[in-house]
Amino acid sequence: MEPQLQGQVIRQLFFLIGATSVNSILLRKDLCSCRKGMLSSPHQNTPRHREILCFLVEMAAQPSDTLATLKTESETLKTKLEEERAKLHDVELHQVAEKIEALGQFVMKTRRALKGHGNKVLCLDWCKDKRRIVSSSQDGKVIVWDAFTTNKEHAVTMPCTWVMACAYAPSGCAVACGGLDNKCSVYPLSLDKNENLAAKKKSVAMHTNYLSACCFTNSDMQILTSSGDGTCALWDVESGQMLQSFHGHAADVLCLDLAPSETGNTFVSGGCDKKSCVWDMRTGQCVQSFETHESDINSVRYYPSGDAFASGSDDATCRLYDLRADREVAIYSKESIIFGASSVDFSLSGRLLFGGYNDYTINVWDVLKGTRVSILFGHENRVSTLRVSPDGTAFCSGSWDHTLRIWA
Amino acid sequence: MAQPSSCAQSSNGVADESPNMLVYRKMEDIIARMQDEKNGIPIRTVKSFLSKIPSVFSGSDIVQWMQKNLNIEDQVEALHLGTLMAAHGYFFPISDHVLMLKDDGTFYRFQTPYFWPSNCWEPENTDYAVYLCKRTMQNKARLELADYEAESLARLQRAFARKWEFIFMQAEAQAKVDKKRDKIERKILDSQERAFWDVHRPVPGCVNTTEADIKKSSRMKQPHKTRKSVYGLQNDIRSHSPTHTPAPDAKEPVLLSSLQIQHWQTQLDRHRLKMSKVAESLLSFSEQYIEYDPFFTTPEPSNPWISDDVTSWELEASKEAGQQRVKRWGFCFDEVLKDPVGREQFLRFLESEFSSENLRFWLAVQELKKRPIREVPSRVQEIWDEFLAPGAPSAINVDSRSYDKTTQNIKDPGRYAFQDAQEHIYKLMKSDSYSRFIRSSAYQEMLQAKKKRNKNIPFFVIKNMK
Repeated sequence: MEPQLQGQVIRQLFFLIGATSVNSILLRKDLCSCRKGMLSSPHQNTPRHREILCFLVEMAAQPSDTLATLKTESETLKTKLEEERAKLHDVELHQVAEKIEALGQFVMKTRRALKGHGNKVLCLDWCKDKRRIVSSSQDGKVIVWDAFTTNKEHAVTMPCTWVMACAYAPSGCAVACGGLDNKCSVYPLSLDKNENLAAKKKSVAMHTNYLSACCFTNSDMQILTSSGDGTCALWDVESGQMLQSFHGHAADVLCLDLAPSETGNTFVSGGCDKKSCVWDMRTGQCVQSFETHESDINSVRYYPSGDAFASGSDDATCRLYDLRADREVAIYSKESIIFGASSVDFSLSGRLLFGGYNDYTINVWDVLKGTRVSILFGHENRVSTLRVSPDGTAFCSGSWDHTLRIWA
Repeated sequence: MAQPSSCAQSSNGVADESPNMLVYRKMEDIIARMQDEKNGIPIRTVKSFLSKIPSVFSGSDIVQWMQKNLNIEDQVEALHLGTLMAAHGYFFPISDHVLMLKDDGTFYRFQTPYFWPSNCWEPENTDYAVYLCKRTMQNKARLELADYEAESLARLQRAFARKWEFIFMQAEAQAKVDKKRDKIERKILDSQERAFWDVHRPVPGCVNTTEADIKKSSRMKQPHKTRKSVYGLQNDIRSHSPTHTPAPDAKEPVLLSSLQIQHWQTQLDRHRLKMSKVAESLLSFSEQYIEYDPFFTTPEPSNPWISDDVTSWELEASKEAGQQRVKRWGFCFDEVLKDPVGREQFLRFLESEFSSENLRFWLAVQELKKRPIREVPSRVQEIWDEFLAPGAPSAINVDSRSYDKTTQNIKDPGRYAFQDAQEHIYKLMKSDSYSRFIRSSAYQEMLQAKKKRNKNIPFFVIKNMK
């Protein structure tokens, strides 16, 4: 054998061994001393481990050769995946939906207007009691409302502006919020109106860039966060410890949503890299990903059955992805809608998709037929956030016009 | 149409554009179509009292064009989109500072591409001061400063007190240049300049469309593209975007590629369903739940948000489960687990069958996953002792593989120590106990009991009507 060829064979063998070890170390946690996998937690990412890995991989071959081959292999696999996905695409959702009746006219009006924020409303969340709402705004204020009576029940001033994320705890006894401070803090809500809530504040999550979304995971004790630093993370509220981190997005992560299943351990996230990813909370792995949007994904929300999810993006479309078919199954768009969708949510049966847009309107879509059912005017600036109430009786929209509206 | 050279096109076209640019491009496409000679809006010069109004079109022209060419059925929607385009500065009413579209004879004019928002304008206050100053030098009644402009001018004079002489000189120079222009051309340019400032310094109470979402601002602030000076004054030094510190050094690319390959491989191996099956499933789910969706079926007795009556919430909170709620438990196992009353009924049923330990184990493990991390080791031990240890009081039956795995996991207790066992028990309950529960007399009675009560008036008709 030629000496050059020999050299190549040896290099390839070495690389194979190196790569296999890399795989083992990355995926088998019991082989390494840290609890979670290798790159899962930036705080526990010991330099020494990384050194060993890099040494193994780089030693195996010429860096430039391998990188090129790897990249081509990656691209080939990606194309193959698209082909496989397309093979099972025997019919369109709206074609199958032709047999069901079209929806009639809906009368949806603003039933309540919540005024009190001094600047753009950025985020809102419902309490499980179906009537309370927490909302956060650009001026640093976080307000808890009884939306039914429109009374403000609590107000907290955060030390930073642009509070982009807020969430209500399942028990109704606490709220979490964060934004430009790169943190997620939990405030227990006290019944005593005079008590200063800020004093009992608890800092839970720490990211290296702004906090874009946060959500309690069916319990007051854990919070899931997403951040402009490109990662999501699961935290233990009491200790502030990071339980799991999720890496895979190539740019800011803007939104996330927990799967509604009783047994599920998954959530979906969307980011500025136009990708939406489904994650396993236990292992920290991305189990499915979709990349069909043409711009940032601002909002993701699961379909009520948990088998699909919708995403709203700056490319002015909302799209439905089914997890069993493993592909995009519907696009909700119109020639006259040119502004991005900032926030989406489903009605209880999943038949309606509500989208809040940057053109100050809310478009209501028939999920199955793909047509627009209604357009709602009322806000005087961008609609930045939209959530359907826990029992589906109404939905609330928050806007840059400083107000929140309840529609039913 | 001249495009300023500062707006370079990236080689990928759409791919690298910031979200705002995407919208500007779409609006500019519409404007291009509106300005098309054949199919666009007719632009004309209108003769008015003693003078001509050059290059205008009416509000209703725009609305009609939009309805015809953009597939918009509703006039309100066309007005709304038109107002947004005006608010962004692509066309403007010639005699009003407020940028909105009216469906009548009001005259509008197109903005010159130089002033388009896609040029990343961020004009300075010094420029605004020069502009306002220049306006005061023009002795035309119609060019008088509006109240809010006069206030702004006063404010700026105070702020730039030291620079004022320089600003005044600039304003004079600009005014001189303007005077030299042709009268008609000047009319057009003046109005376009005014519209530019209406976008960047809007009338109080109007939306400032140049406001940006801070999450996206880092990609919009492209220092080499941003234009800050309208009248040639000194540019300020660029400052860092508040939301983005310089990106950390790119991670080892070879490692990343290997991970990517792993990811694609896992996805390739996953089992996929045919689209037709998936579509049927989505349709049947919606159909099943439509009677529970308040947007389709009014809740009993009414939707609290519409009627201001909270009875339906009170009914929901009570331990009494209405027929509709009971019926829902029959849809799938998860519905029983989700509803606290459903869980209670299921537990009672299991107790009657002496297999309640399964559900109790499942609930205990769910609870375990929600505890603070500090409590996890002790809870794991408790659950083990109660359900799985040899001689446990509520022993459950798991397959040997899960049992072995769990025994291993116990040694290093984490929140997912019982994951395999829990999944096994779930499947068992779902396939076995749940189906018996739904067929059980207890459940059927609950389903029927409410039905009986809902049945109204006993059916006998008094027929002797003469």
